[in-house]
Amino acid sequence: MKKFIGTALFIDRSDINTDEIIPAKYLTEIEKTALKPHLFEDLNLEGVNPGMDFKQTGVIVSRENFGCGSSREHAPWALEVNGIHVVIAQSFARIFRQNMFNGGMLAIELSRDQINTIFKMFGNSDTQISVDIEALEIMIQSNDQTKTIGFQISEFDKALIKTGGWVEYADVCY
Amino acid sequence: MGKTIAEKIFQAHLKDEPFKDVSVLKLDRVFCHEITTPMAIQDLMARGKDRVFDPDKIKAVIDHVSPAKDSKTALQGKILREWANRHGIKDFFDIGRNGVCHALFPEKGFVRPGFVIIMGDSHTCTHGAFGAFAAGVGTTDLEVGILKGVCAFKTPQTYKIEIVGELSCGVYAKDIILKVIQEISVNGATNMVIEFTGNIVDQMSMDQRMTLSNMAVEAGATSGICFADMTTVEYLWPFIKNEYKTRQEALAAYSTFKSDDDATYAAQKTIDVSDLEPLTTFGYKPDNVKPVSQMKGTKIDQVYIGSCTNGRLEDLRIAAKVLAGHTISPHVRGIVSPATPKIFSQALEQGIIKTFMDSGFCVTNPTCGACLGMSNGILAQGEVAASTTNRNFIGRMGKGGMVHLMSPATAAASAIKGEISNSSLFCKQEKS
Repeated sequence: MKKFIGTALFIDRSDINTDEIIPAKYLTEIEKTALKPHLFEDLNLEGVNPGMDFKQTGVIVSRENFGCGSSREHAPWALEVNGIHVVIAQSFARIFRQNMFNGGMLAIELSRDQINTIFKMFGNSDTQISVDIEALEIMIQSNDQTKTIGFQISEFDKALIKTGGWVEYADVCY
Repeated sequence: MGKTIAEKIFQAHLKDEPFKDVSVLKLDRVFCHEITTPMAIQDLMARGKDRVFDPDKIKAVIDHVSPAKDSKTALQGKILREWANRHGIKDFFDIGRNGVCHALFPEKGFVRPGFVIIMGDSHTCTHGAFGAFAAGVGTTDLEVGILKGVCAFKTPQTYKIEIVGELSCGVYAKDIILKVIQEISVNGATNMVIEFTGNIVDQMSMDQRMTLSNMAVEAGATSGICFADMTTVEYLWPFIKNEYKTRQEALAAYSTFKSDDDATYAAQKTIDVSDLEPLTTFGYKPDNVKPVSQMKGTKIDQVYIGSCTNGRLEDLRIAAKVLAGHTISPHVRGIVSPATPKIFSQALEQGIIKTFMDSGFCVTNPTCGACLGMSNGILAQGEVAASTTNRNFIGRMGKGGMVHLMSPATAAASAIKGEISNSSLFCKQEKS
């Protein structure tokens, strides 16, 4: 099972698409690691700069419809090779969400109010987030504040996380 | 209680329900292209599981970058080619016989009403035009599909969209789907299947229905389905004439995959398109939509006509009708990519290609081309394109470029004028 912990990167916009996560021109790569320097290269947003260092980043917090657009699994892979195994958002595009769980990573949906609260409390600060998949809790911590938020994922999603992904799961079951 | 077409297709393909609301479906088709398949192949090889569930149900094509542009894309083609040979996948379409997957595979007769189809490509929803459940998936789902012939989906919810009224001339399926996306937004149908019905859909050709279903994913939908009817049967007839004695018999068989009158829908919407003007996008999201008439004066640098949305014969014919007798603006680069070799060849025979060339267009081989900025037709920083494709995301056709989505008629008219403008085929009086 992957680790679900790290510094939070706050992406304060809805409809972050997979072209912004990893542009199509890098789909010619056949090694996941080659995607590493190009994460969010075309994302034109304050606070996320091309070539920025994601070494500490482990969790992304964003708004609605995260991962819309192309089916490219290169998007979750570009996160994975940068050590980002969790995206917390108000909602996800279907294929991106499935790709995350298929690769043993977490795409956690929270309510609009909960996402607003996280942005308001932590959005501008150096924040650590860890996710406990057994307790179904997100622990958020900055220098002066902490907050714990419960979440839900389906039994199927949980099974994918625990087996390591859909290939492993399907191999045993089908 | 009645069922939707998606529910009926799921029921007919159910292999397992491992958890509540999760259906593992048996696949009729796994479509593959050279961008998302090689990493699935490599992973299977690394796991010592380089096998395919059924070589006859797997169809593969090189389409995104064709001809190969560099060593990396040449290697992607090589991995796919060798894999197809190794496993006896007969329907592998290499350069010379290749075309844009969502135009080529229907044209080859690989799609049937009631089928379950996956592909590592988000516009796989296109095949829903034939009354199939067709969904784009990631490489991991594709990999399991190739190995086991199954894919897991959430139990589908359906958004019924009824398109009614009387269409003005010069307004097309592309304008209608842009209208739908504008109305329901880019995530209006997330985790849902869109069912397209209504008299306008009934009147559409298969080419038009494919344009409609193609962009269902731009509203977040898993698939965009039109019910099979005589138009569908007529299109498929060369491929099914040995399966059924008559067209009526085929239609009767396909009609088992149609929603019941008392089916339950998650959402419903009726759109009257009688007053619809040609539309275009203005921002970086497919639901940023405006009438073309409100975009007057928007200068363009490039016009691209092609793609899985609008690269079919009917699309090229309409664009050629607009272009005939005109030359495109001297500051516009016109590029047309017929979607398949058959379409290219028919367009040649019918003089359509000559019209494009006489007007100043560059004609490329069948390929996904400029649509996703990974092979040819890339925009420079700050350049603007009028395009018949399906995505206007930032950087889509090249870093710093802007893409306006529109119908082939509007794209052709814009090429002549050098700025976004309505075509002469649009017969409704423009509001000033």
